[in-house]
Amino acid sequence: MTKQRRPHILVTGAAGALAQRVINQLRDHCDLVAVDFREQVYLGDDIPSYCIDFTKRVFEDLFRRYEFDGVIHLGRIQSSQLTRMRRYNANVLGTQKLLDLSHKYGIKRVVVLSTYHVYGAVAYNPALIDESAPLKAAGLSADLVDSVELENLANIYLWRYPELNITILRPCNIVGPGVRNTMSSLLSSENAPVLAGFSPMMQFIHIDDMADAIVRAYKKPVRGVFNVAPEDWVAYQHALKLCGCRRIPIPSIPPVVPNLILKTLKLKSFPSYLTAFFKYPVVIDGRAFAREFDFKPKRPLKEIFRFYRENKRPV
Amino acid sequence: MSLASYLKSKLIPADINEHINRIRKPIGSLGYDPWGYNNEVMKYGFSLTRQIYEKYFRVEAHGVENVPAEGPVLIIANHSGQLPIDGLLVGYALASREQEPRIPRAMIERFFPTVPWLGNLLNEFGAVLGDPVNCAKMLANNEAVIVFPEGVRGSGKLYRDRYQLKRFGNGFMHLAMKYKAPIVPVGVVGCEETIPAIANIKPLAKALGIPYAPVAMPVVLPAKVHLNFGPPMYFDDLEIPEELVTERVEQVKAEISRLIDKGLSERKKLF
Repeated sequence: MTKQRRPHILVTGAAGALAQRVINQLRDHCDLVAVDFREQVYLGDDIPSYCIDFTKRVFEDLFRRYEFDGVIHLGRIQSSQLTRMRRYNANVLGTQKLLDLSHKYGIKRVVVLSTYHVYGAVAYNPALIDESAPLKAAGLSADLVDSVELENLANIYLWRYPELNITILRPCNIVGPGVRNTMSSLLSSENAPVLAGFSPMMQFIHIDDMADAIVRAYKKPVRGVFNVAPEDWVAYQHALKLCGCRRIPIPSIPPVVPNLILKTLKLKSFPSYLTAFFKYPVVIDGRAFAREFDFKPKRPLKEIFRFYRENKRPV
Repeated sequence: MSLASYLKSKLIPADINEHINRIRKPIGSLGYDPWGYNNEVMKYGFSLTRQIYEKYFRVEAHGVENVPAEGPVLIIANHSGQLPIDGLLVGYALASREQEPRIPRAMIERFFPTVPWLGNLLNEFGAVLGDPVNCAKMLANNEAVIVFPEGVRGSGKLYRDRYQLKRFGNGFMHLAMKYKAPIVPVGVVGCEETIPAIANIKPLAKALGIPYAPVAMPVVLPAKVHLNFGPPMYFDDLEIPEELVTERVEQVKAEISRLIDKGLSERKKLF
């Protein structure tokens, strides 16, 4: 009698804290291969790890060698990283290559990590935005175009190749130990910029809860686009206060003033193209995902903020 | 005792604290809801509004018990007076009623979220950007929602046009039908006299990106305000052509007009 084959899964973005959490949850039951665009990371002897450009031909060798059953694509270069062109190549062209290969090699499950940034922060946003809302980010900043394009691409493949079983996740701000995105660096800093007079509602999800959400999504092959966010909300400036950050107000009107100041300062944790997200709320409705995948975040906001308050040094 | 809690104890009487807590709004672990309503800030707002409502405008409200105790409901009123004082007073009347108080949500102009401090403050008091999606989601959440279907056409009108209802949008009726929400009409009398405007400088309003730039005295006059809440109106959710929806809107408009006339006849003097 043959032993049942463990699922083979390709996890991208392996250098990030989120991918490592996902890998740790899956490693006991699955054979994993980790890849990253940026660097090679050691994840133990049982997990082959590669630093690889998805657009290069050698990437296909991994598909031939490991005969993957599924792909968890977390390797999205964030808006604060690299140049616009390199990011576009990595996020859009890289993802296209990944999805093409997934189709060619008969992958049966694909989970793609997107971001709530695709909705764009505009003054007229309603709260509890659901998945069918238009993606306005591309019209706001050229720096967010690649995020929207990545989604569009994944959506096209979702309908064209239903056998890939693609699920796109749009999480709110992912925060917690080891997270290196803009929001996490703001919450962990001593001084955090705010736009004077603006404190939009925000949502935060703990990295462990997000890893949980990804694993749950992977295990249940339901196609579609889903927001991922807990049913809890807090104003940005209140969150900073709870994290023990000193708030540094930046003049907010007329709108050209903060843009000019931020373009001059070139703050990595408060980039000018994300200004709108610190001005207007983008509150997403995560109830469809919670229902479909029986997901309930376990770490409350207070616990998340306590971590940042007690760890003021860069994490 | 910290300064913040000392100030809180001075500014928020115990009865208000208890009153707001008793209403039990659906909020998250830090006191916020998705639209930015905040229970603690609301207590300050309620305390301040009580003074404005009782002492400054000496509001007389009739029929506030017509608003159902629970479930989705649309409170539809005439809009006037340049600033959204009418929304504040209608909201307070419902939030402060003895029997089964509710904290309603007011739909506000699209311009407010762009105003620093004020936009957030209004959200914390329960005001919400006047977007149909917001209104729909709130009705689905069983909220009581205050809507002024005249929008800026009503609030920005001049003193010479007082108590003349402007065109009502049909959006609220579609939502009331879809979510089976009763409509409680309200006639507001007195707010027209709070900031009487004699002209609107349109080019200035355009340059500043605001809905209107009234020529008025830079004070809010203490006009006496009468609020008359009418009996709830129920509409079925049948698929009907837009002109029939407009007819239903006209029924609500006529009822508000009747309630305004009632308020005007009750009014003994302007101030």
